[in-house]
Amino acid sequence: MTTPLLEIKNLHVRLEDDPDVEILHGVNLTIMPGEVHSIMGPNGSGKSTLSQVLAGKEDYEITEGEILFNGEDIDEMGADERANAGIFLAFQYPVEIPGVSSMQFLKAAVNAKREFEGKEELDAGSLLKHFRAKAEQINVPFEMLKRNVNEGFSGGEKKRFEIFQMAVLDSVLGILDESDSGLDIDALRIVSEGVNSMRDGNRSFLLITHYQRLLDYIVPDHVHILIKGQIIKSGGKELATELEETGYAPYGVNEAVGAS
Amino acid sequence: MSTLETPRTIDDVIDTNASRPLPECQSWLNPLREAGRIAFGKIGWPGKKNESWRFTDLTELKAHNFVSAVDDESVSAEQAAQFAIPELDDVTLVFVNGLFRADLSDETTEGLGEGITCCTLRKAACEHRAMLEPYIGRLTRETDDPFTAMSNASVEDGVFVHVPKGQKGNKPLHVLSIATNGSGGGEPVAAHPRNVVIVEEDAEFTVIEHYVTLSDEAVYLNNAITEVFAAARAQVHHYLLEKESESAFNVSSLYAHLEEEADVRSHTVLLGGKLVRNNVLPTLAGKNAHCLINGLYVGHNQQHLDNAMRVHHAAPDCESRQFYKGILNGKSRGVFTGRIIVDQVAQLTDAVQSNRNMLLSDDARVNARPQLEIYADDVQCTHGCTTGAVDPESVFYFMSRGLPENVARAMLIYAFAAEGFDRMELVPVRRLLASEMISKLPKAQGLSIEV
Repeated sequence: MTTPLLEIKNLHVRLEDDPDVEILHGVNLTIMPGEVHSIMGPNGSGKSTLSQVLAGKEDYEITEGEILFNGEDIDEMGADERANAGIFLAFQYPVEIPGVSSMQFLKAAVNAKREFEGKEELDAGSLLKHFRAKAEQINVPFEMLKRNVNEGFSGGEKKRFEIFQMAVLDSVLGILDESDSGLDIDALRIVSEGVNSMRDGNRSFLLITHYQRLLDYIVPDHVHILIKGQIIKSGGKELATELEETGYAPYGVNEAVGAS
Repeated sequence: MSTLETPRTIDDVIDTNASRPLPECQSWLNPLREAGRIAFGKIGWPGKKNESWRFTDLTELKAHNFVSAVDDESVSAEQAAQFAIPELDDVTLVFVNGLFRADLSDETTEGLGEGITCCTLRKAACEHRAMLEPYIGRLTRETDDPFTAMSNASVEDGVFVHVPKGQKGNKPLHVLSIATNGSGGGEPVAAHPRNVVIVEEDAEFTVIEHYVTLSDEAVYLNNAITEVFAAARAQVHHYLLEKESESAFNVSSLYAHLEEEADVRSHTVLLGGKLVRNNVLPTLAGKNAHCLINGLYVGHNQQHLDNAMRVHHAAPDCESRQFYKGILNGKSRGVFTGRIIVDQVAQLTDAVQSNRNMLLSDDARVNARPQLEIYADDVQCTHGCTTGAVDPESVFYFMSRGLPENVARAMLIYAFAAEGFDRMELVPVRRLLASEMISKLPKAQGLSIEV
């Protein structure tokens, strides 16, 4: 039997600084290699928390349950070790870092992963070649790498650069935290094409989104509805279409039309 | 190596007119020394109530019985060479404990450019009096600063530069001051180097003041003054790279006088020293002059790094830009005082001041204060100050790409400083500073950064 790429079992999470606030109340989710899952939910449902917990952000505490990645519990792994093991979080709001060029940043990241894997550092020439190939695949202008990390990037450029980073790092699980937010149709299409170009039967994605729109471009195998820290319904891609028509109202959530 | 004189302490110099006597051909400097003694007598050592020294305690400095260096220390060419700026083609003049060392310096200063006069102040006083006399002390004689008064009272040696009209300097001048441990016959040594840099109309020149030590335990005082005169349309680049012993005291003052359309760019990086006071005091005296004041102070342990800016807009249509950043770790303390004075005649002044600080530990502290004195009515003056820690969101971002936490932090701290390096024209200096910075950052050793 194939080992799931990601297995979340009965996950309970609370804020480290404010232990009275529990955000996730027993989430279960299994992602097999090559699958694309989407978690949809209204604001405040715990979507972003789930993505940050998976990536290893330290503001949260797991009080119950476990997260298995390739069958291994990752609770003790830092964010850097998870990244090097193949988990990639595409940020909803990628951070601008003036003073560090994108090139320098990615070189450091690639070589950190190689060190983690016990491999030799890549020389400058091989790195450049690798970057060029991925830039072409994800449709990112190579010039972007000369700019400082995310500094002055448009919303679309930032999201595209996130996907590019995932390709460069060759991660096996991409968690896209509202990668569609703030994008126009063209930018959304480019980001989606980048993601689709990486679907190869082994690599998996978890798309976290409020709206169904993104799923027109990246078609999921499974859709889950997360409300108030629990997955209350799972289904195929038709569930997203259904949700688009009914909104979250049938699930007891009142949202003003057009809220984001 | 010759033994010069019996040691003379700061108190001797100030109280009893006992500076080392100047040789006959330099004796015309005696009135400046006398003015210094009188001024110090009036000012005295500043106490806590002196606003300009409110955050900097001189008790420990005053407790030392600093003397003038009496012996030439044996410093080898190899020892001096380790302080060369890699890949920089410059002309280097070396001073050891304040005493000029021809044996360690470049033989000739001709590489600086045709028609440029460059020699020790001592030699200039004897051989180029007509060039030097109208300038030396012009910006320092009237002073309310005790260290400036002390420098006037002790004026003796340093570097003299005269750049004739239209001459663009070919190579930068590297003034390397090396401190050793114990040339004062058991007492700590004080040096009062005085540099005078005159850049005539349409000329350009770059000077790097570089303070280093051969002993990290050495206790001494460098009280350095550089007077820069930038004539109309002249461009002057001044670098102060301070990496004294962490038991030493350094007071560095850059006085600059800018005439019409002159452009002076001051870059300061404070890395060493137990107590450092960095004064940058430009006067924009001609229309359309421009002054850049760029600085970085990086403290750890118990270091105290005090930066006092006084930008004087004395003519209309001038622009000044102050960008200072501090990175403070351990129990170190940074001070930034940014004073901008805009005279009534200085209409359409455009002055910007920014001071940003990054605190890396709970015990590090910074005191920052802008001081604006504006007497003109049509001016634009902005100032801003921030103090914070390394942004946790940025650390998480870097870690989520696989970088270990210490590397992520080091890169972010470096990035914070890098903006200041980017303003420096001399790339080899940037590179040197980058590597010095990295070697001082906790756990950042091995971080490779391209500058």
